[in-house]
Amino acid sequence: MTADSYQDRLQGSTLPLNAAARRLDVHGAVQGVGFRPYVVRLARELGLNGWVRNAGGHVIIEAAGTPESLNALAARLPAEAPAQAVVRDVIVTDLDDRMARLHGRRGFTVGASIARSGRRDFPPDLAACEECLRELFDPADRRYRYPFVNCTACGPRATIITELPYDRPQTTMAPFPLCAACAAEYTDPADRRFHAEPVACPACGPTLRWATSCDTSDSNESTASGDDALTAAVGTIASGGIVAVKGLGGYQLVCDATRTDTVARLRAGKHRPAKPLAVMVADVAAARQLARVSDVEAELLTSVARPIVLLARQGDRHALAAGIHPQLDEVGLFLPYTPLHHLLLHDLARPLVVTSGNRSGEPIIIDDHEARTRLGQVADAFLTHDRRIRARYDDSVARVVAGTGSVVRRARGYAPAPTPLPRPAPRPLLAVGAQLKHTFALASADDAIVSPHIGDLSNQDTFTAFTDGLAHLSTLLSIRPTCVAHDLHPAYISTQYAARWPRNRRLPVQHHHAHVASCAAEHGVTEPFIGVAYDGLGWGDDGTLWGGEVFLADLTAYRRVGRFGTAPLPGGELAVRRPARMAMGYLFGGERIGAGMVDPELAASFAGRFDEQEVATVRRMIDRHVNSPYASSAGRLFDAAASILGLCDDVSYEGEAAIVLEATAGGSGGRPVDTGELPWKVVSSSGMWVYDPAPTLMGLLRGVTDGTPVHRLAASFHATVTAVTLALCIRAAQLSKVSTVCLSGGVFQNRRLVTELRAALGDEGFTVYVNETVPANDGGISYGQAAVASARMNL
Amino acid sequence: LGHGSGGQLSASLIRDVIVPALGDATKLAGTDPRGEVHGSGGATETSPLEDAAVLGLGVVDVVVSTDSFVVSPLFFSGGDIGKLAVHGTINDVAMMGGDPLGLSLAFIIEEGFPLEDLRRITASVGEAAREAGVPVVTGDSKVVDRGSADGLFITTTGIGRRLPAARLSAALARPGDAVLLSGPIAQHGVTILSAREGLGFDGDVASDTRPLHRLAAAMLDAAGGSVHVMRDPTRGGLASALNEIAQASEVGVVIDEPAVPVPTPVAAACEMLGLDPLHVANEGCLVAFVDPGDADAVLAAMRSDPAGRQAVRIGEVVADHPGRVTARTLIGAERIVDMLIGEQLPRIC
Ligand SMILES: [Fe+3]
Ligand SMILES: [Mg+2]
Ligand SMILES: [Zn+2]
Ligand SMILES: [Zn+2]
Repeated sequence: MTADSYQDRLQGSTLPLNAAARRLDVHGAVQGVGFRPYVVRLARELGLNGWVRNAGGHVIIEAAGTPESLNALAARLPAEAPAQAVVRDVIVTDLDDRMARLHGRRGFTVGASIARSGRRDFPPDLAACEECLRELFDPADRRYRYPFVNCTACGPRATIITELPYDRPQTTMAPFPLCAACAAEYTDPADRRFHAEPVACPACGPTLRWATSCDTSDSNESTASGDDALTAAVGTIASGGIVAVKGLGGYQLVCDATRTDTVARLRAGKHRPAKPLAVMVADVAAARQLARVSDVEAELLTSVARPIVLLARQGDRHALAAGIHPQLDEVGLFLPYTPLHHLLLHDLARPLVVTSGNRSGEPIIIDDHEARTRLGQVADAFLTHDRRIRARYDDSVARVVAGTGSVVRRARGYAPAPTPLPRPAPRPLLAVGAQLKHTFALASADDAIVSPHIGDLSNQDTFTAFTDGLAHLSTLLSIRPTCVAHDLHPAYISTQYAARWPRNRRLPVQHHHAHVASCAAEHGVTEPFIGVAYDGLGWGDDGTLWGGEVFLADLTAYRRVGRFGTAPLPGGELAVRRPARMAMGYLFGGERIGAGMVDPELAASFAGRFDEQEVATVRRMIDRHVNSPYASSAGRLFDAAASILGLCDDVSYEGEAAIVLEATAGGSGGRPVDTGELPWKVVSSSGMWVYDPAPTLMGLLRGVTDGTPVHRLAASFHATVTAVTLALCIRAAQLSKVSTVCLSGGVFQNRRLVTELRAALGDEGFTVYVNETVPANDGGISYGQAAVASARMNL
Repeated sequence: LGHGSGGQLSASLIRDVIVPALGDATKLAGTDPRGEVHGSGGATETSPLEDAAVLGLGVVDVVVSTDSFVVSPLFFSGGDIGKLAVHGTINDVAMMGGDPLGLSLAFIIEEGFPLEDLRRITASVGEAAREAGVPVVTGDSKVVDRGSADGLFITTTGIGRRLPAARLSAALARPGDAVLLSGPIAQHGVTILSAREGLGFDGDVASDTRPLHRLAAAMLDAAGGSVHVMRDPTRGGLASALNEIAQASEVGVVIDEPAVPVPTPVAAACEMLGLDPLHVANEGCLVAFVDPGDADAVLAAMRSDPAGRQAVRIGEVVADHPGRVTARTLIGAERIVDMLIGEQLPRIC
């Protein structure tokens, strides 16, 4: 498209006597959100002449008119911008010498996009808007039941962009030439589809296809297409089938969420025995049939990002198949976000399991061929289409804790929106993140762009998804990193990846420092703070494993002032998968800090539950230091507590024991019952305050023996960790006069703990921050690394 | 953390400390970085990081290897330090295509070491050497003060004549090569660990220590030029050997995890101890990278030798992910198999 191809239809204004001309450079998320048509409408309303165009990642406006109307343009531009646009910066330059030429254009038009180097932003995918949905369900509309309807206010973005600037030929819509009707909408500045790059209709756009799994030939031969394909999928799901659906950012497995047999079959096929499955429901009202939904939660559910929202269950327990969320009173619900999802929900009129199309541990599948070969075992059929998914974006997961939304898995709808850095990166930077729940971040100037959730890097396909994703994002954003921030853990694949960089370009960042820095940075905390990092395991700067840490920190450095007592992990990672081992580790080999005594009889009574040979071997392993590394971990203590209470001896997914412990305590209700604390002790040991968990665990064991209800003990355990943390923060504050506390690490996904701790710390006068825009778990590590590395480079 | 566990740390000790200190003394003349064999000129032709060195002496090529043996306990199910010292060095010579001709043997004995044990161990050395047909041709022994050594250390050096068909180096693996394994893994490491730490598994498991030179000769006999790499995966286990080969050859290696034989009691012990069998030491098996066209012939030759009766094909070389080893799991996922770093350290957060 060239500038001249857009003929101005309106009468241009005449040159006023006091005319002026200005150029406005608009930076931020201003492409792919209907920004140019918005500028055209506004400029015409103000009687300005000139043009607007995309240049690289930003937008340039050159306009001539009266100074008043030019002022009005600059003032109203950010204020009235489309909902999905983020105007970060407007730079205004005088162009008086070009005034006559600009004015001579008589009217305001869209100019041709120009490629530019330099930092570019582009928007995440947007949920289908109301107007498009009205068309979708209007039998008279030419896009009636067309699953790819979209406009400038909605539709795919990050998942289809192959190159910037964001223009149709640089998306996976390129192979679909516009029909006359769509072209007219696309070129009409007054139309809401003006320059909607993925605009499409049944005549010219992508087409649905249906294929059964038996049809293993990879040819595009399908048994149905278009609305027939949709009808076939609806029929299959209604009769208990599992359909692999090509979604927005990857394939999804979809089935009836009310059928126990189907859900069991899905779990077996996905090799996912217990991890909760997300359920899609038609609207907030439908969500309220299944879960308690507060106003804040409803807002989150209906936000354009449309994350899976973790909610407290309510209503009929049998409204969903039992296998959806075993043992938990929390359920992950989300609302349809593509027209295709809307059609499925509409036609099936029941809650649907909509879960990532992958095998456990692998990245979500985006390739049609891979989907056939890898999902053929679990899916009965495939509902696909002929638009390529360029970038992988899994569904995001969020929850509300104490009235504030927090993202748990950050992907579709959120990434790749920039996250501000309190200390700008003086040089372009790559932060490679951790190992599990992996993300990376690219930082330049004031922002970090955190990649969508990638997964467990120990899987080769996940690693490839990381390197491919890095190449793609780095090209699109035009960020060429010259240094790399990484974890200290030598066995992380991300650390090994960073190790290939020259030594003087590497910035190592301690795992828990990255955690607490991620929290501080997203809240703009640049002054010293108390960092509480509770997670499973991370590599300490002393070569041992940490995970229950209290730091005095700022963005550049930290001092370890408090920690949890250590215990051996008999069998290493095996002890992570088997909380029973962790309990034995604490009972038979916990650090002797002096405060606590393990009662051998109680310990033996616990161990009596397990196979004698295992207990004997574990005790021997601990005594002889055989594959039993020590860790000062809070997450592992939660595991041990869950096993001691008989709630979980083995986990099938990360964090399961702690989740079950929280659920048992009634965590998701958000209304803690005061059950009192178990015994605990914090003692000073070699310049640090150390929490000795032995008395607490003894308290649990005694409670179990005395027949105290398990839910009360689980609640007391949470109260104890709260009390201990408060004590450690008070001691840290006495050392430093710092009263800001940043909580981070996977353990703080525990809603009950966060709620109690916020209240307790608040009562003592602390200002408390928790992660909101990046995950508290290891998905936030890359952002924390970027924040620390940038701050250090500013020193 | 120890540099002795045979993974990345030992590799870095050799690479960063020992080789630089020796400087040019590791390659006085004519080294070919790809380990190509010249066959004349009296120079070493192989990297100091291979199992053994090949020296061209004009008329014949000679393969030399040396190793020190420090093991606790000295006696274990399936063998003792004497046997290990004989087998270990014979195997290193054999892995570079050498037909072992003789061994030199040096004892370092701590004062007060029981004479009876020394006799048993020496007898075991003799028996192992006789059984292998490789004589001990020279030797030495020193007694050091109490505390200066832990009981008994043995150093053996082996010398062999390179078999004419052998063109072997860790750097010669090529995409398409079949990866063959001579037999079950992880037996030695589990046996030693169990015996040393009193874990109680030694009743069911035994070290696999055995000489592999006849097996290696049979393989080279079957398809000499097609065998590109041979390694005995000792310390650091199969995973470390495969990683070293993948890095040296700049290729990717994919193995089928379920195809790798692990005896049931060994697997049970590993499961109980949280060990990955791929990281556990062996003393009696070898892994070979063979041209796919001759893989079946080599496999048949392996199976006809007692040391290779349970030989299997466990994977192949790919052009993808150079320098990296992956394992296809039971459910079809492809997990990255790392070199052992120190101990097996949890990466789960
Ligand atoms: Fe962590
Ligand atoms: Mg050697
Ligand atoms: Zn729309
Ligand atoms: Zn059309």
